[in-house]
Amino acid sequence: MNPLPTKQRQSSVDLALQIRRTTVEMTSRANASHIASCFSVTDILAVLYSRVLVFDPQQPRWRDRDRFILSKGHACAALYAVLAEFGFFPKEWLETYYLDGSRLAGHATHKGVPGIEVSTGALGHGLPLATGMALAGKRDERAHRVFCVLSDGECDEGSNWEAALFAPHHRLDNLTVIIDYNKIQSLGWVKDVIDLDPLADKWRAFGWAAREVDGHDHAALEALLTGVPFEAGRPSCIVAHTVKGKGVSFMENNLQYHYTPPRGDELPRALAELGVK
Amino acid sequence: MRNAFFNAVFALAREDERIVLMVGDLGFRIVEGFMAERPKQFLNAGIAEQNMMSMAAGMALEGKIVFAYSIANFPTLRCLEQVRNDVCYHGARVAIFCSGGGFTYGSMGVTHHVTEDLAVTRAMPGLTVIAPGDPIEAACVPAAIVAHDGPFYVRLGKAGEPNIHAGPIDFQRGRAITVREGNDVSLIATGSMLLVATRAADRLKADGINARVLSMHTVKPLDLDAVEAAAAQTGVILTIEEHSIIGGLGAAVAEYLAERPGAGPRFKRMGVPSAFASEIGSQDHLLAHFGLTEAGVAQTAKQMLAS
Repeated sequence: MNPLPTKQRQSSVDLALQIRRTTVEMTSRANASHIASCFSVTDILAVLYSRVLVFDPQQPRWRDRDRFILSKGHACAALYAVLAEFGFFPKEWLETYYLDGSRLAGHATHKGVPGIEVSTGALGHGLPLATGMALAGKRDERAHRVFCVLSDGECDEGSNWEAALFAPHHRLDNLTVIIDYNKIQSLGWVKDVIDLDPLADKWRAFGWAAREVDGHDHAALEALLTGVPFEAGRPSCIVAHTVKGKGVSFMENNLQYHYTPPRGDELPRALAELGVK
Repeated sequence: MRNAFFNAVFALAREDERIVLMVGDLGFRIVEGFMAERPKQFLNAGIAEQNMMSMAAGMALEGKIVFAYSIANFPTLRCLEQVRNDVCYHGARVAIFCSGGGFTYGSMGVTHHVTEDLAVTRAMPGLTVIAPGDPIEAACVPAAIVAHDGPFYVRLGKAGEPNIHAGPIDFQRGRAITVREGNDVSLIATGSMLLVATRAADRLKADGINARVLSMHTVKPLDLDAVEAAAAQTGVILTIEEHSIIGGLGAAVAEYLAERPGAGPRFKRMGVPSAFASEIGSQDHLLAHFGLTEAGVAQTAKQMLAS
């Protein structure tokens, strides 16, 4: 496997902080939704891109790259921020996020955006797409891996469970799913809408090698994500326990920030909590 | 048609390792030989069409050309968002091909009647929509798919339809085939209705009416030149399809004619009204129920000529 690009050796914690700062500015500038969804997945993205995934920003379609699919495409602002940080496209593009004429849509969009493998946002598509990619990789005897991040609410979609049945049957141990389990979905707490617990056990019952982790603990995430597959011949599942809005106190576990960004004096308060003077 | 299409896919796959045949747990006594011969180019995705269609897109994005097979409602209506987002938006080289178009499974009940597939697939950006008219056309479609970089939907009937073309044909995506020459009336048919249209033309001939019969195997992109020539040269156009009159071949032709400058030809769509069948029955029974027979077509053509 190729060595990681230099940038990938920087601290994932520093990267995560930068992503949060950038993302809150992106969403507030555009008055775009889903900032809290971005914050719950930020640490996972930071660890993946700085410590785990093999890629080359100069060759976004490099055949041996690891494939990454953000199935919870509504958190794409964080992914765009990561990709710009690594030089997939100019950081200036981020200033156009969600605005008229931009190529950076409010759900992850591949058209004209280097580094976005597939367009997502309609929930329940990412894992089946990733499964097809993983199957092709296996059949072609390629070494690259496929990683896919789901939201917890997204697990209501039956298509995920079709893929969850399929992947272990076909021994796709080049496939890893990470569930951003922040416990809140669009209209309330997951446990009150359609309870997912015991979530990891469900994946185990389907034949996945499943682990649970604090989705904001970088060392723990890195240890798990660099250790896949957990079992040869099985796809891997990581249930990452996260906090929606993680990183800004008044946004944490507050469903309002699924829909609105920090507004007015909330923005400087949020940035101050993220260490921006 | 189904067997002709499958056999062509098998032959192409033996020469082109990019080709993968994916089935939704269907293809009994058709695919077993290929499955054993080329396991890396075959996949049974199970009874899970949403996952099947996204996986097909995922494999196509990795360089495969995926032929994805099921009965027509399942890989279209069941998973239309997967077709739209994952296949079409990504321009994935997935060819969805189906048996069971129209009333092929008429006795199976309305759940297995397929009368809206052309409408919904025609609305998908970038998706080529084809309904071959006989086994000779069906056998040509896989090569046309491999030659074109983009997604396809192909509607087939069953097995055992007769050949209509007398010999080899020049099959091209988006190009109608003239099956009968004539300048009195144009019968434009797609899929299984090509047989009905040619037989109706033969009846009309006996009455001294020369009907042009076009096999409009490609419903999208529509062969506008052929429609224009039919309008200009015959002045009477009748479209015939085993499909809802909403959104399919007749609608596509109507859209062109309505926006065309100048006086339009006399025009009528024959197909299935926007209603579920009130009874079940064989394909022939249901086609007769909706007037989609050679007698029905011939009579409609005569009425149009007399009006």
